[in-house]
Amino acid sequence: MGKMPDGKARTALSEDALEPDPKLPPTSVDDAVREAEERKWTPTKIAIWAAISLLGGVSWFMLAIIRGETVNAIWFVFASVCTYLIGYRFYSKVIERYITRPNDRRATPAEYKADGKDYVRTDRNVLFGHHFAAIAGAGPLVGPVIAAQMGYLPGTIWIIIGVVLAGAVQDYLVLFFSMRRGGRSLGQMAREELGVIGGTAALIATLLIMVIIVAILALVVVNALGESPWGVFSVGMTIPIALFMGVYLRFIRPGKVMEVSLIGFVLLMAAIIGGGAVAGTEWGAAFFHLDKVTIAWGLIVYGFIAAILPVWLLLAPRDYLSTFMKIGVIVMLALAIIVVRPEITVPAFSEFASRENGPVFPGALFPFLFVTIACGALSGFHALISSGTTPKLIEKERQARLIGYGGMLMESFVAIMALVAAISIDRGLYFAMNSPAALTGGTVQTAATWVNSLGLAGVNITPDLLAETARNVGEESIVSRTGGAPTLAVGLAHIMQQFIGGTAMMAFWYHFAIMFEALFILTAVDAGTRVARFMLQDSIGNFIPKFKEHSWRPGAWLCTAVMVLAWGAVLLMGVTDPLGGINTLFPLFGIANQLLAAIALSVCLAIAARRASFKYLWIVAVPLAFAAVVTITASFQKIFSPVPAVGYFANNAAFSKALADGKTEFGTAKTVAAMEAVVRNTMIQGWLSVIFVVLSIIVIITAMVATVKAFRDAKQGVAHADHEDPAVPSRAYAPAGFIPTPAERELVAEWNKLPADLRLEKSAHH
Amino acid sequence: MNAILEGFRGFARYFGGVMGADAYAKYLEHHEASGHAEAPMTEREFWRDHTDRQDNNPQGRCC
Repeated sequence: MGKMPDGKARTALSEDALEPDPKLPPTSVDDAVREAEERKWTPTKIAIWAAISLLGGVSWFMLAIIRGETVNAIWFVFASVCTYLIGYRFYSKVIERYITRPNDRRATPAEYKADGKDYVRTDRNVLFGHHFAAIAGAGPLVGPVIAAQMGYLPGTIWIIIGVVLAGAVQDYLVLFFSMRRGGRSLGQMAREELGVIGGTAALIATLLIMVIIVAILALVVVNALGESPWGVFSVGMTIPIALFMGVYLRFIRPGKVMEVSLIGFVLLMAAIIGGGAVAGTEWGAAFFHLDKVTIAWGLIVYGFIAAILPVWLLLAPRDYLSTFMKIGVIVMLALAIIVVRPEITVPAFSEFASRENGPVFPGALFPFLFVTIACGALSGFHALISSGTTPKLIEKERQARLIGYGGMLMESFVAIMALVAAISIDRGLYFAMNSPAALTGGTVQTAATWVNSLGLAGVNITPDLLAETARNVGEESIVSRTGGAPTLAVGLAHIMQQFIGGTAMMAFWYHFAIMFEALFILTAVDAGTRVARFMLQDSIGNFIPKFKEHSWRPGAWLCTAVMVLAWGAVLLMGVTDPLGGINTLFPLFGIANQLLAAIALSVCLAIAARRASFKYLWIVAVPLAFAAVVTITASFQKIFSPVPAVGYFANNAAFSKALADGKTEFGTAKTVAAMEAVVRNTMIQGWLSVIFVVLSIIVIITAMVATVKAFRDAKQGVAHADHEDPAVPSRAYAPAGFIPTPAERELVAEWNKLPADLRLEKSAHH
Repeated sequence: MNAILEGFRGFARYFGGVMGADAYAKYLEHHEASGHAEAPMTEREFWRDHTDRQDNNPQGRCC
C-alpha cells in the first residue's frame, strides 16, 4: 500500500474506485473550485468578518475587562454569537480539512441504506433542528445556573471557549465517524477501535454514567416540585395529556403530528393556568402538596411503568410535546433577552471563585466549575445521540459540519441564555434559593440572616423580598429550592414579565418554565431507562442468550426494574441527603458526563490516528487531555481530598468518627439517623467515583495504545484494518451549509434540470 | 398578504419536518422511487410500525 505520509493516499485509494454515474451531474463541487471560492476574500467578505470580530472583541472586552457596576445582558449575546461564528467559519473548517476530510462523491448511509424509515435523506436545515432538539434538554439550563456561584465570567468563558474547542469538536467527530460506519453506536465503535478491554470498559462506564445522569436529572425535577402543589398538578397533568395524544395518534388521526402537538400544547397551557387555580383551593393545596420523598417514589414507580409501556402510548407523544416546547421556549428566551436586555449586577468573579466552600457546590474553581457546566460546553452524552439517529439521516458528508458542530454551538447558546436568566435575579435571592436547607434553615428569616452573614459584596436581602418573590411566582416558599431549575424559572419569569404581562403574569411564567424543564427531564428519564435496559439486556445476553431477545417480557421487565432501582436508589439518596442532594451529587453528574466525553474523544482519537491524520491529531488530543485532566482531578479530589466538604471519603470518615464518639448530631446532620445516612451516601458516592475514573482511565489508555500502534503501522507502511463501510458512489447532491455558495447553487441548478426519472427521490426541500 | 401566508406555510413545513411529521410522506416517496412491487403501507400501518419499531430500538434523549 506504500507510504501514507498524511493519510490522503489511503483515503484516495478506496475512494478512487467510486465510479460516478456518467448520466448524472457531478455529486460534489469540484475540489479546486471550492478551494478557490474559500480562498477568495472579496471586500464584502472581509468587511463582514472584520465587523464580526470587532463586535465580538468589544463584547468580550465589556464582559471581561470593563466589568462596571453592572453589565448589560446583550454583551453576553454578542460575545457568544460572534465567537461561535468565528469558530464555525474558521476552526470547524480546519477540522474538516485535516481530520474528517468529507467526500461528497461518497453516498451517506441515508442514501446507500435508504429504507424510507430509519435511513432517510433529510434536508439539512430540518435535520439541524431535529438534531438540536435531540441533544438539547435540561442540562444546559441547569449547570450554568449552579455554576453562577463563582460569578458570571468563569462560566461564560468555559461555555463559549469550551464549546468551540471541545464540545462541538466531539459532536462533529462522533457524528462523522458514525456516519462513515452506517450509523453505528459509540459502544460498537469503541469495541472495534479499542478492542475487547477498552470496548467493555466503555460499555460498563456508559451504562453506569447513564444511571447517574438519569438519577440526577430526576433529582432536579423532585427538587422543583417538592412542596409545590401548583407544580405537581401541572407537571402531573402532562401524563394524561400525553396518553390522550398517544391514543389520538394511534387510533383517531394517525400521523397528524402537528395537529396533535398543537392540541397538546393548548392542554398544557390550560394545565399550567388550571394549576394556579387548583393550588389556590384548600383541597388542591392539601392534595397536591407532596414532600420530596413521596415525589421521588412517585417518579420511580412512574419511571418503571413508562419504560415498559409501548412507545406509542406515552413516550412518542411526550417526545413530540417536548420537542414542540423546546424550540418554542428557546426562541422565546432569546427574544426576551434581546428585547428586555436586563442589567446584570452579579460580579464577574464572586467571593467563592477563589474558595473551596461555596454553598451551592463545593470545591475550587478548577476543576469543579468545568464539571458543573457540562452540557453547553462539553457533554459526553451527546456522543450517544450523535452516533444514533442523526448519522442515518444526513444527505451529504459535507453537511456533518453544520449538523454536528453547528448544532452544538446552538446548545451552547442556550446555556449562555440560561446563565443570563439566572444571574439577572438578585444575588442574595440566588444564594437563598440555591443553598441547602441545612444552611439556610428553610424559613425566610433564617435564610435572609444566613445569606447576609456570608459577607457578599452588595448583598443585603430582606425576609420580605424572599416572601414577596415566592408570592409573585405562586409558591409557598422559594428558600433552598436547589437544583437550578427553580432559579432559572424565577429568572425567566423576571425577564418575561417585563416583556409580557407584568408582575401578574410572573406566576404563570415561573410554572411555565418549571413545566418545560420537567417535560425535558421526564423524556430523558424515560428514554434513558429504555436505552439502559437494552444495554443491560445485551450485556446479560452474552451469558444467558435468552436475554438478547428484546421481546421476551420477563427479561425486559427484570432489566427495566434493575435500571429503575439503580437510578431510583441514587435519587432517594440525593433527596434524603442531610447535606443537600444537589450539593453533593451534582459534581458526580458533571464528572460522569465528561468522563463519557473523554471516552468518546478517545474513540475519535484512535479513529483519527487510524486515518493517519497525525500532524493535526492535537485537534482531538487537546480537548481529550483537558477533559481527562479535569475529570480525573475532580474524581481524585472527590476520592482523596482531606476536606470533608469536597472528599466523599473524608466526609465519611468525619461522620463515622462522630458516630463512634457517640455524638447525636454533627455538622448539618441533626440526628443519628441522618448521620448514618451521610456515612452510607458518601461511601456509595465515593465508590462510584472510583469505578468511573478507573473505567475511564482504562478506556483512555487503550485509546493511546491504539493511537501509538496506528502511528507505528503508518511509519512502517503496514496497512491496518479500517472499520468504515465500503465507499459507494453518491447519486444525489445538496449544498453543505445553511446558505449555498455560488458554485453550490450552480450545481443545484444543474441537478434541478435533470429529468425526473434519473433523479433519486428528492428529500423535502424548502 | 400572500407572501406572509407563504412564509408562514414554509415555517410550518419546516417545523413539521423537525418534529418528524412528514415521515409518512417521505416513506411514500422512497417507496415509489425504489420501485417496490407491493403496495406501500397505509398511513395508519406506517405510524403503527413507526412507533412499534421504536419499542425495539430506543433512542436516548439528551440531558
